[in-house]
Amino acid sequence: MRDKAIYILGILGTLLMAWNMHTIFVTLGGEAAQGAIGKMLFIHVPAAITAYCFYGVAVICSVAFLITKNFQYDSVAVSAVEVAQVFTLVNLVTGSIWGHIIWGIWWTWDLRLTSQFMCFMLYLGYLLMRPAIAEATQRATMSAILAIFAAADIPLVVMAIRLHNVRTQHPAPVLETGGVDATWWPPLAVGWIVFMLLASALVLVRLRQETVQREIDSLRRELHAM
Amino acid sequence: MKQGLLAAWFIARKDLRTEFRTKEALNASVSFALVVLMLFSFAFDLGRDEFYDISGGLLWLVYVFAGALIVNRSFIREVPNDCLDVLIASPMPPWALFLGKVIASFVLLLIVELISLPVYGLFNNIQWVGAFWPLFGVMILATWGITITGVAFSAVTVNVRLRELMLPVLHYPLLMPLLVGAMQVSTALIKGEASDVFQELRIVIVFDLIFTSLALYLIEFILVG
Repeated sequence: MRDKAIYILGILGTLLMAWNMHTIFVTLGGEAAQGAIGKMLFIHVPAAITAYCFYGVAVICSVAFLITKNFQYDSVAVSAVEVAQVFTLVNLVTGSIWGHIIWGIWWTWDLRLTSQFMCFMLYLGYLLMRPAIAEATQRATMSAILAIFAAADIPLVVMAIRLHNVRTQHPAPVLETGGVDATWWPPLAVGWIVFMLLASALVLVRLRQETVQREIDSLRRELHAM
Repeated sequence: MKQGLLAAWFIARKDLRTEFRTKEALNASVSFALVVLMLFSFAFDLGRDEFYDISGGLLWLVYVFAGALIVNRSFIREVPNDCLDVLIASPMPPWALFLGKVIASFVLLLIVELISLPVYGLFNNIQWVGAFWPLFGVMILATWGITITGVAFSAVTVNVRLRELMLPVLHYPLLMPLLVGAMQVSTALIKGEASDVFQELRIVIVFDLIFTSLALYLIEFILVG
């Protein structure tokens, strides 16, 4: 069942992506001021939103693990964090490439860039810590605690940088202020759906690895006990 | 509640007494702070005014590095002879054990900070005496934030391989909002432009409130599972 879901999500995501790429690069015109590089928006923004969605899933599953002690939640949490990290990286790298062309610099310590980078670093710690704890229950509990701490920290990071760095170099939030042309909205929305489908497929693949790993560990323990 | 607070006080007293007898963490932390202060003088070649602009930032870098050495020890010192298991099995609530450890680390780190502040002023020709009391207030607020999260992570990493490496990797990114606030307020205070520091101070206070409540609530999961 899960295998079928992976294939369906993967194939659907790939087909939609191909169709969306065609719309973005062939049908749509270039951005008025930036030209072709402005189309980075169609990867950059959906990647960020997808990452936030999966960080959210990870935090909810971490709380659920602490309440129920069901390891399935821990597996979903770690899978979601790993996939969210990949999409955060996509967001950071595409943003950096865009910045190099438009601003002439790869990086600046601006509100959105810094908060996104901090988000990446906080959950990188989560992924680094997991292999360092041998015992499964302890690993899952500590990971859940860390995911909750990181989630509580992110609004504070945003608040801190907002105070520290009032001048912002990142483009104004065009999605909130309605600065995006009406024809750009559908590919943006489809771009997000594509990333959500592909990310869900990746989470399911990772989830299977986690489940199999846990089974192997329990068999190993049984073997030791014999 | 009252019993718990009493237990926390006993734990804090025990930790402080142990530390004052051996002075292991205290000595290491103070000498480390001095080394970092000395390295700053080689790293930057700035004029007096320029140095004042970054004075708060440098001060908190010293404090947070020194703090890592203090909080790192708080739970590890209980590992030999299985003392930690005994403490967890004792009738006191886990939050009391945690609070006691936080209070002890808080006092120790504050001592390190109070020792390093005059040295920092002396080495870098910074006039801080006039701003001492407001600066001390910021030190209390921000040091509480550093210790409460640091001791919580010390409990998280107590059974982790490479825990000395893991603690800063987990702790420093989390401290970022607190440090931004503390650094800005301290710079403004040292420069004597303290009229509008409340905004930055708010982050430090919010950080303290959020992580104190979160850590006290979650510590049972960390210690007992």
